[in-house]
Amino acid sequence: MTDFSTLLLRAHAGFLAALVLAPLVPGIINRTKAVFAGRQGPPLLQLYYDLFKLLRKGTVYSGTTSWVFRIAPIVSLTAAIGALMIIPCAGASPAIISFQGDIILFAYLFGISRFFTVAAALDTGSSFEGMGASREVLYAALAEPAFLIALSALACLNNRISITGIFIASTENPFANIAVILLTAVTLAIVLLTENCRIPADDPNTHLELTMIHEVMVLDYSGPDFAYILYGSSLKLWAFASLLAAVILPVRTGSFMLDSIVFIFGIFAIAAAVGVIESIMARFRLDKIPKMLIAAAALSVTALILTLMRG
Amino acid sequence: MNAADTIMIFLILTNLSLLASSRFNACIKIVALQGVIVGLLPLIAANGPLTIYSYLLALLIVTVKGILFPYLLKHTLRSVNVRREIEPFIGYGASIIIGVLALIVSFWLTTHIPFHDKILSTTAPAVAFFTIFCGLFIIVSRVQALTQVMGYIVFENGIYIFGSALLIEQSFLVELGIILDVFVVVFIMGITMFHISRAFDHIDTDRLREK
Repeated sequence: MTDFSTLLLRAHAGFLAALVLAPLVPGIINRTKAVFAGRQGPPLLQLYYDLFKLLRKGTVYSGTTSWVFRIAPIVSLTAAIGALMIIPCAGASPAIISFQGDIILFAYLFGISRFFTVAAALDTGSSFEGMGASREVLYAALAEPAFLIALSALACLNNRISITGIFIASTENPFANIAVILLTAVTLAIVLLTENCRIPADDPNTHLELTMIHEVMVLDYSGPDFAYILYGSSLKLWAFASLLAAVILPVRTGSFMLDSIVFIFGIFAIAAAVGVIESIMARFRLDKIPKMLIAAAALSVTALILTLMRG
Repeated sequence: MNAADTIMIFLILTNLSLLASSRFNACIKIVALQGVIVGLLPLIAANGPLTIYSYLLALLIVTVKGILFPYLLKHTLRSVNVRREIEPFIGYGASIIIGVLALIVSFWLTTHIPFHDKILSTTAPAVAFFTIFCGLFIIVSRVQALTQVMGYIVFENGIYIFGSALLIEQSFLVELGIILDVFVVVFIMGITMFHISRAFDHIDTDRLREK
């Protein structure tokens, strides 16, 4: 049994790795899309360059905005960092913060971040951003039950109600119930795509009025504020991808380094898979997305029922 | 997690996807897939040595439900002038939600029914009820005659799952009789639909009074 200080050190190492490596994930997605399209694509480290560039610039605030608009990027970045603190880096070691029921905190930290992003979008007084905010809230409201039910299925399956507990229990008993794991993995993948504004729910590339959901809400940000938003969204992508990686890749070799490397490569593989999905699929029509989310919720309910039936 | 349980989950997923799809072609494929899975069920369920009759029965059911029904349905689809269910009485999102509720009810129901120990899998009776509910729900909630026929086939699949789940000693003759009945029903419905579409230009059972 490893002692407390080692565990604490490992938890912090995993957390730092997530903070440093998270901007690589969008880079991998874009690179995969470029390879599929036969382009060279932006460099893998593009988001780092963008972040440094934005941090050096000044900000411009519109005259109609209030303090809500100014604190929103900081709140959403803080929420994302807070969520990463609950997530262990790999199944072998606990996270920095872990307590009973932190799965709910995880879901609602992103809820807070979304609330402030939406409030800030409404604060700008632009009808365009209001439309994006409305869509974002609609999809979030439908994605939330799917996500929470999938998490409760995992919690029931592993008899733990903390994320660290779920991670560790699933590596101790990998693929205890393959059907439940598959169902929750599909649900989590759909929620990941929706929450992180990827195709088929939202197209992160377009700046067209008809297709934009998330991009439109952050149009008014500039400079460091925009950097916080970009960094926060890459952290969010990392958090959801690590949840999915823990479900489909419960590896435990015994060595912390090896586990972490496998886990991080798992996250990169998920990013590549997201890139493949974005390359081979078209964005769904707006009215089809609620259907997809309801179907995801149905899958997670099925998973929950199957776990409960098993006792 | 045994093979039977995995198959049961596939059956749940086919039912849910049937509730969500509006295109006839997709529905026919799902129903065919479900028929094949259901047909293979007795082979997996058998705990003793398989007799020649079980193989014959499986072969017969897979042929009828996996090849013959899709062929008949597609043939009917070509003769009628519709490609998809346009406005069902209950929308697709609501259908999935009702499907999930039906799944919960079926699992709840099976906890209240005493089964003997020789049961294929603990989830099987619930999935059988769920399939029966889905079939009945499709019959009452969809407007087009073609989807209603598919609902009937799904309903029959559910009854068949129930039989094989409880490992009821299947008499070859009885099964043969049932499959003949279902076949005749689908066949006659195909002819009926052809005539409905000739007389009305649609197979919308809700609008049979207007010309």
